[in-house]
Amino acid sequence: MPDDVKVTDLKEFKSVGKRNPRPDGVDKVTGRAKYGADFFLPGMLYGRVLRSPHAHAVIKSIDTSEALKLEGVKAVITRDDFKDLPHAQPPYGPIVHDGGDITRNVMAREKALYDGHPVAAVCATSDTIAKKALKLIKVDYQVLLHVIDPVEAMRDDAPILHEDQFTNGVEPKPTKPSNIFRVMKAERGDLDKGFAEADLIVEREFNTKAVHQGYIEPHACVASASEDGTVELWCSTQGQFNYRATCAMVLGIPTSKIKVTPSEIGGGFGGKLPVYGEPLAIKLSMKARRPVKMVMSRDEVFRSTGPTSGANVWIKIGVKKDGRITAAEGVLKYQAGAFKGSGIGAAIGCMFSEYDLDNIRITGYDVCVNRPKVAAYRAPGVPMAAFGVESVMNEIADKLGMDTVDFRLKNAAKEGTVNVQGIKYGPIGFIEMLEAVKAHPHYNAPLKENQGRGFAAGYWMHAGGMSCATINVQDDGTVNLLEGNPDIGGSRASMCALVAEEFGIPYDRVRTTIADTSSLGFTLFTAGSRVTYATGMAVVEAARSAIKLMVDRAAKAWGVTADQVVWENGQARPASSNVGDFPPMTMSELAKKAPMMGGAIAGHAEINATGQGPAIGAHLVDVEVDPETGFVKPIRFTVFQDVGRAISPDYVEGQMQGGAVQGIGWALNEEYIYNDKGQLQNAGFLDYRMPVASDVPMIDTVMIEEPNPNHPYGVRGVGETPIVPPQAAVINAVENAIGTRISEMPASPPKILKALEAKKRALAAE
Amino acid sequence: MEDIRYEAPKTVKAAVALLANEPGLAKVLAGGTDLLVQMRAETVNPQLLVDIKKIRETHALKRLPDGGWRIGASVTGAEMEEHKRLKKDWPGLVEATDLIGSTQIQGRCTPVGNLCNASPAADSVPAQIAAGAIAVIVGPNGTREIPAENVAVAPGRTSLAKGELVVALLLPPRPKHSSDAYLRFIPRSEMDIAVVGCGVSLTLDVDGTCTAARVALGAVGPRAILVGDAAKALIGTKLEPAALEAAAAASSAAAMPIDDKRGTKEFRIKIAGVLTRRTAEIAYERARKN
Amino acid sequence: MAKHHVSATVNGDPVEFLCETSQSLLEVLREELQMTGTKEGCGTGDCGACSVMLDGRLVCSCLVLGVETEGKSVETIEGMAKGDELHPLQRKFIQHAALQCGICTPGFLVASRALLEENPDPTETEIRFWLAGNLCRCTGYDKIVRAVMDAAQEMRESANAR
Repeated sequence: MPDDVKVTDLKEFKSVGKRNPRPDGVDKVTGRAKYGADFFLPGMLYGRVLRSPHAHAVIKSIDTSEALKLEGVKAVITRDDFKDLPHAQPPYGPIVHDGGDITRNVMAREKALYDGHPVAAVCATSDTIAKKALKLIKVDYQVLLHVIDPVEAMRDDAPILHEDQFTNGVEPKPTKPSNIFRVMKAERGDLDKGFAEADLIVEREFNTKAVHQGYIEPHACVASASEDGTVELWCSTQGQFNYRATCAMVLGIPTSKIKVTPSEIGGGFGGKLPVYGEPLAIKLSMKARRPVKMVMSRDEVFRSTGPTSGANVWIKIGVKKDGRITAAEGVLKYQAGAFKGSGIGAAIGCMFSEYDLDNIRITGYDVCVNRPKVAAYRAPGVPMAAFGVESVMNEIADKLGMDTVDFRLKNAAKEGTVNVQGIKYGPIGFIEMLEAVKAHPHYNAPLKENQGRGFAAGYWMHAGGMSCATINVQDDGTVNLLEGNPDIGGSRASMCALVAEEFGIPYDRVRTTIADTSSLGFTLFTAGSRVTYATGMAVVEAARSAIKLMVDRAAKAWGVTADQVVWENGQARPASSNVGDFPPMTMSELAKKAPMMGGAIAGHAEINATGQGPAIGAHLVDVEVDPETGFVKPIRFTVFQDVGRAISPDYVEGQMQGGAVQGIGWALNEEYIYNDKGQLQNAGFLDYRMPVASDVPMIDTVMIEEPNPNHPYGVRGVGETPIVPPQAAVINAVENAIGTRISEMPASPPKILKALEAKKRALAAE
Repeated sequence: MEDIRYEAPKTVKAAVALLANEPGLAKVLAGGTDLLVQMRAETVNPQLLVDIKKIRETHALKRLPDGGWRIGASVTGAEMEEHKRLKKDWPGLVEATDLIGSTQIQGRCTPVGNLCNASPAADSVPAQIAAGAIAVIVGPNGTREIPAENVAVAPGRTSLAKGELVVALLLPPRPKHSSDAYLRFIPRSEMDIAVVGCGVSLTLDVDGTCTAARVALGAVGPRAILVGDAAKALIGTKLEPAALEAAAAASSAAAMPIDDKRGTKEFRIKIAGVLTRRTAEIAYERARKN
Repeated sequence: MAKHHVSATVNGDPVEFLCETSQSLLEVLREELQMTGTKEGCGTGDCGACSVMLDGRLVCSCLVLGVETEGKSVETIEGMAKGDELHPLQRKFIQHAALQCGICTPGFLVASRALLEENPDPTETEIRFWLAGNLCRCTGYDKIVRAVMDAAQEMRESANAR
C-alpha cells in the first residue's frame, strides 16, 4: 500500500459499515441471476464424463469406437487427446500448480487413481444420448490394491500410487517410491527443554474424516471453440483468471486464446478453484466444432471433486501449574487424495499461532491415497489440526482446574508475538476477543442436565495477492466499477460501499461488474478471504486515481494547483476561500465536461496486496446429548471474531454463521464413507449429512474490530476463520455433556453412545 | 433411462391389464419419490410406467361406516397430515408418514408407495403394521387382502404377482382407549433414512390396563418386524417400568440388523429397545386420553 | 419413440412442451422452457433447490415427471413477484442478507411462501422443520429464518389492516 495512504480514521462512514442492500439481490431472489448451468448457446451439445469405478487400476486400453457410431454423438475424448505435462516446482498445496498432476486429474493417463476418476468424455445432441454413449465405451482395467487411509498409506507395504514419487524432506534421499509426497517440519525454540520444565503434559491422538465443501451448485460450464483457435468458456468458478491459465496449460494453447466469463457462483468454499470438466468441455467443443455444456451431477461432485483431507493428528502440550505453555508439539498425517498437495503447510502455520509460544515443533506428512485429489475447504488444512490442539487445550484447562478461556488468555498472542514461522504480529484482537467471550451472557448461562458447553479458538492467516480494478465515471456522475472476483458472499456490495465512500457519493450510484478475463488485468481468485482485503484495496486505489484526475481537472479549470483543491462528498472544491470563490464541481459536471477537458474520466489500479494480518476467532457452543441414543443437538452458538473492519456487517455475520454451521456438520455427521473396494458409498445429500435448518439454533455473532493498519479501511479477511474453531468447540461441548473425552470426528451417535458406555463401565469398575 | 412408455389409465382394471401384459418391467407410479430416484440411479429400469393418479378411487381417504379407514394408493403424506379425523384416530400412522423426507417429498409421497417400495427402513411401514393395516390388492385374478407386514418379502421385493397392485390400505376400527405412536432414530433432526423405526399401537381398558398391543420395528432386518414378544410384555400391564423394560428387551432381541453406512448392528439393537420404550409410553399417554 | 406433448400452466400462463417420459419437470422447466430460476442441486429430492408448487402443493420438481404435469398448474420462482412488486419474502431475504451465493434462494422462497400460506404465524421451530428439505451451505440458516419470521409478521399485519 502506498506510504501516503493511512488507515481511515474511525469517523462516521456513510456507506462502509452500513447494512446496504446487495446489488445482485433482486436478481437472486427472482431467479434471474445466471449460474453456471443457466447458460445456453444455439447448437449446444451436452457433455458427459465416463468415470472409473475402481479406486486403483491400470488403464490398459480404451475403445471408443461403438460410442462414436451412436447417432447424435459428435465427439469423444480420452487421454490421447491431452498431452502429458511436466511436474512443477513448489509451492504445492490444495490449490495445485502442478501440470503433470492437473492433466492427470482432469483425464486419467496411466492409471485410474480413485473411484470417479475421469477416463473418457463424450458430447452429443442430447444428455440422454451422451449418457448412452458412455455405456458404449469399453475400458480395460487391471484392478490394483488400493489404500484410502493416510496412516496405512505410509506403511512400507502399502500399494503405491505414483512410482515416480519419492518423499521430499527426508535425508538421505529415499530410493523407494512412497505415497508420502513430503514431510514438512517447523520448529522454534527448544522443545525438550520446554517439556522438561512442564508440570503437566497432555498428549492425544485424533482422527478426522474427509468432508466435502458441499456447495449446492454442481460444477457447470459451457465451452465454445471457434475455427480460429479461440475459445470462450462460461463457467461457475472462484477464479476465472486461474481457470484460464489452467485450461491453457492443459490444452496447450496460449492464454490469449481463451476468454473465461464467470457466471454467478452457487458456493465454492475452495472447491471451485481447481478445474474439472472445463478442459474436457473445451476439448470436446474443439473436436465437435459446436458449443458443449458440461454439468456435473451431485454424485459426480462427491466422487470426483476434492473434499478436504481426513487426518491423523497427534498433539502434545506441556504447561506449568499456572497455565503457561512451555512446549507444544504436533504430528499431522493428511490425506492428499490421488495427487500431492494437502493443507499441511497452512496447518503448520496456523494451528498453534494464536498463542505466544517459545518452544514448538510441528511435523506434517502429505500422503497420497486413492481418493479424489483434495481441494481447499475454507482455511484448508487448519480445522483438523485445530481440532486436536483446542481439544488438548480444553483438557489441560480441566486438569489444571482453570477456566478454559483464562487458560487461553494466559497464553494469548498479542502485538509483537512471533509465531512458529517467524512472523511477528502487528495489532491483533485475541485478548480483547477472549475478554468479550467471558463477558458475554452465553458464557455463564445456566445449563440443564445432559447439556454441555464447549469453547475453542482458531487462527487463520488470509491471502493478499494480485487484484485489478477499473473505474469509469459515467456522464451522469455515476460510477462503473470493474473488478475481477466472482461474488460468493456479497463482496460486490462491499466494493460498491468502498468506492461510494471514497467518492463521497450515495451507495446506489456505484455499479459493480465482475469482469471476464479479456476485460481486466489478472485478478487472483475469490478465496483465501482475500477479496474485501486485496480487491478492496484495489478499488480504493482505483477510486483515488479517478479522484486525482478530477481534482487535476478542476484545478486546471480554476487556474490553481491540484494541492489547492479538495475532494469531498462527490465534488471538487477549493481547499479554502483563499484559493478562490469557485463553486464546487460535481462528478456529473466534470463528467459532462469531460470531452472538453481531456476525455473520459477513469481510474485504475493493479496491485499485489500484502500486509494482511491474522484473522482470529473463538466459538462458544452449548449442546444437549440424549444419553440413551447419543443424539446431539446444538442449542446455542456464539461466534466471536476479529474482523478488522466490517465493510458489510450483514455479510461478515453471514460468513461467521455459515462457517460455524459447516463446523457443526463436520463435527457431528459429515464424512466420506467407502466400501472395501474403495468405492464411495454416500455420494449424495441423503447419506452425506450436512446440517439442515432444524439441526441448528440461531448463530449469534460478536464482531471485534481491531483494524489492520496496512489496509486503508482496516480490513481483515473474514471468510475462512469461522471454520477453524467450531469442531473443537462442538466436541468439547459434547465432552462436557457426557463427561468423557472424544478424539474423533464425526462424533456420530454410535460413537457417543460407545463413549458413554465405556465411561459407565469404568465407573462401575471403580 | 429412455424409450420408457408412460400410461395413465383411468380405472384399476385398465391399470391391472397394463401391468399384466407388459413383457418387460412395469412399475406403478404414484408419488414417484422413490421410483424416480431409482430410475435416475439406474437401479430400476422400467419399460413401462403406469401412473395411477388418474384413477379416482385411489385418491379416496375416507372413514368407513364401521369406524375403520380406507387410504387409497394415491393419497399423499401431506393429505394425511391435513386430515384432522385421521390424525385423531391414528396419530402414530400419520406422524410416521409425515416423517418421510421433507415437506416437498410429503407433497408427493404415498404410504402405499412407501409400503410397496419395500425398503427395510421405510418410515410409515412399522406404523402400518402396528396399526394392523391390510393391503387391498387387485390383480388379473381378482381382489385379495393381506396384512401389511406380508407385502414386503425382502429389500426392494414384494409378494405381489405380476399384474397386481395395491389399491388401498384398510385400517381397522378403533376401540375406545386406543392410540398409536411412531418414533425413529436418525443422526440429524430431519431428512435421514431411519436407522431404527418403531411403531406401537395400544388398546387399554377403562382403568388403563393394556388389553391389546402391536409393536413393529423398521430398519433392523430385511423387512419390518412385528415383535410379538414386545407386545406380550405390555399386555396386561399399565406399562410400568418393568413392563417397558421387558418390551424393550424383546425388541432388542428380535432385531436382526446389519452394519451399513447408516448405523452399526450393535447401535441398532440398542436403539430398538430404547425406541420401543419411548414409543410405547407416547402411545399409552395418547390412549389414556381417548 | 415419440415425445409426449404436454399442456400445462406455468405461473398463470398456458404452456406447451414436448418431453421424453424420463424428463423431470425440473429438466422441462430449465431445458424446454428455458426458465432457469429453478435449480438442480442434487436431482434426488434431498436439497430442495428445485422446489416449485404443483397444483398448490410444494414439491421437488426433480421428482415429478414432465408428463405428469398435463393439465396442471406449476408455480416457480419466476412468478413470485407481481410485476415490479417483490413478494414480502423476497424483500425480506434481501433486507436480512438471507442469501450469500443465492443458489438455494429460489427454493427457499417457494418453500417459505408455501409455509406462510398454510401457517401465517409459524414459530421458529415450525419454520426450521418446514424448511428442513431446503439445504443451504452458506448462511447457516440464521438469517433465512429471521427473514421468514419478519416477512410473516409483515404479511399478518397487512392482512389485519385490510
